[in-house]
Amino acid sequence: MAELLGFPPQVLFGQLLLGLINGAFYAILSLGLALIFGLLNIINFAHGAQYMMGAFFAYLLLNILGIGYWPALILAPLLVGVTGIIIERLFLSRLYKLDHLYGLLLTFGLALILEGVFRHLYGVSGLPYAQPAALQGGQNLGFMYLPNYRAWVVVASVAVCLGTWLLIEKTKLGAYLRAATENPTLVQAFGINVPVMITLTYGFGVALAGFAGVLAAPIYSVNPLMGSNLIIIVFAVVVIGGMGSIMGAVLTGFGLGIIEGLTKVFYPEASSTVIFVIMAIVLLIKPAGLFGKAH
Amino acid sequence: MSQLNRNIIYGILLAGLLVAPLLFYPIFLMKVLCFALFACAFNLLLGFTGLLSFGHAAFFGMSAYVTAHAVKVWGLPPEIGILAGMVVGAGLGLVVGLIAIRRQGIYFAMITLALAQMVFFFALQAPFTGGEDGLQAVPRGHLFGFISLANNTAMYYFVLAVFLIGFLLIWRVVHSPFGQVLKAIRENEQRAISLGYKVDQYKLTAFVMSAALSGLAGSTKSLVFQLASLTDVHWHMSGEVVLMTLLGGMGTLFGPVVGALLVVSIQNYFATFGAFVTIIQGVIFVACVLMFRRGIVGEFNAFISRRRNQKREAEKAVPGGHADKPAGRTPPSAGAPETA
Repeated sequence: MAELLGFPPQVLFGQLLLGLINGAFYAILSLGLALIFGLLNIINFAHGAQYMMGAFFAYLLLNILGIGYWPALILAPLLVGVTGIIIERLFLSRLYKLDHLYGLLLTFGLALILEGVFRHLYGVSGLPYAQPAALQGGQNLGFMYLPNYRAWVVVASVAVCLGTWLLIEKTKLGAYLRAATENPTLVQAFGINVPVMITLTYGFGVALAGFAGVLAAPIYSVNPLMGSNLIIIVFAVVVIGGMGSIMGAVLTGFGLGIIEGLTKVFYPEASSTVIFVIMAIVLLIKPAGLFGKAH
Repeated sequence: MSQLNRNIIYGILLAGLLVAPLLFYPIFLMKVLCFALFACAFNLLLGFTGLLSFGHAAFFGMSAYVTAHAVKVWGLPPEIGILAGMVVGAGLGLVVGLIAIRRQGIYFAMITLALAQMVFFFALQAPFTGGEDGLQAVPRGHLFGFISLANNTAMYYFVLAVFLIGFLLIWRVVHSPFGQVLKAIRENEQRAISLGYKVDQYKLTAFVMSAALSGLAGSTKSLVFQLASLTDVHWHMSGEVVLMTLLGGMGTLFGPVVGALLVVSIQNYFATFGAFVTIIQGVIFVACVLMFRRGIVGEFNAFISRRRNQKREAEKAVPGGHADKPAGRTPPSAGAPETA
């Protein structure tokens, strides 16, 4: 098997793997956006900045406190989640009665502040973050070389997405959450503290973004601008998938990552725009998105 | 305010604009005017139609590229170059608008943002835009073949004329029956549909107009700075025009102009502090959304109308004090317009 579709298999599978990894980040981020939107009716523009914060917290934990990758994988998302809870209590909670657009504008402002602060403190050149020792090296699969860390990113993100799906679809807490998405007033009448649930949902959603940030830190350098370009692609992913279903968000994320990876092989010029083109086509054919409910 | 008072104020404003280059640095003034036109064009969509586009940098930037290319490489005169930029802006607006109006609200914002990002990548890769360098040293040329724009003062009056044409056009549109329909869509889209208006056509027309005028602003800007670069098509630019409109007051005619003046001043003043401009812009966003959603001009208008109502109430309280007022007209209560 010297060539596959006219390309050496190393190239093809290498790009496929890269696509899968990008897809993993799209999936985790769009999952968080969908969760937050479901309950808060806010599109969290700061999601990319919170992903960046996750990577930065991991970097700071390592370089200031000497805390390594594995504890940081838990701690950094927790920290991002806590800042998210503060943001929700201080700012977002005042906007629920207003037009949804104000939530977008406010979180856009927050994203600018976070990005600006980290840019001011750390510059834009990007900081290195080493792979954990246990995951260095890779496997030779015969048709391609698979770096261990990249395999771990895919496994970890699939696990997180599945875990979130199980939490929401199969547990009592998830049932409350889904009920509150449908009708918060009624759920509150049953004695469930919906405002706390809203706060925690926002915290959980941004913690997911922070988790993705820690996963990304060893692959891409830790950079204040790492989230801002990603979030726009994730918006397109969300528009394509529709925000109606958790599984839909995850599948769309991974699927588009793979398509993007393949485009890099077959038509590299279009690789940065292919997701936006798909978005335009989906909007023309099925405006509500692939998994969205028409309303 | 009576019509006479208002005309006097407009006259003073216009006179101020005419003598401004004697007092301020003309390049700064031209930058303010270009961005003021950009923000006014954007406000036609956000303030008067209720559509939040997060992708207006695409029209602004692409038109800047087209004008710069037409003038620099093809050697066309500036007025034709600007016209070409505007046509491309309108065409791009038609394509983006056709796709984006299929969804409402925040989806509309996300779609315009994504499509504008696509335009950004196109500008990054297309050969005619000069990639990272952009198009530099664009000649300003001779307006109508005989007025040299190389001089900053001459350029200023040209930019002022462009701004006034654009502004008056927007003023005319807003006060036309067409503008009334746009406002109806903003207030209650379902009702506008039920009244028989083809809402999508109105939205699309407003979108194309806004894109064309944004293009006009971008084209003019590329001649002022003799530069078209990736900054003009970056999503940051889209955010800035939202900020100008929000800060000045969306849905008011003069709000975007005030907003543009403030935002450009902040940029100039803090330019040496790098990331601080971004932080300040973020803080203004948060402050506007939390504290004064009507913006500066909106709050000012609300203050004026509140005071007028109080005055009317006071006159009513004094017997015979409102003899000059038409009978039978009950003034609204002082608190009422605040909620509007």
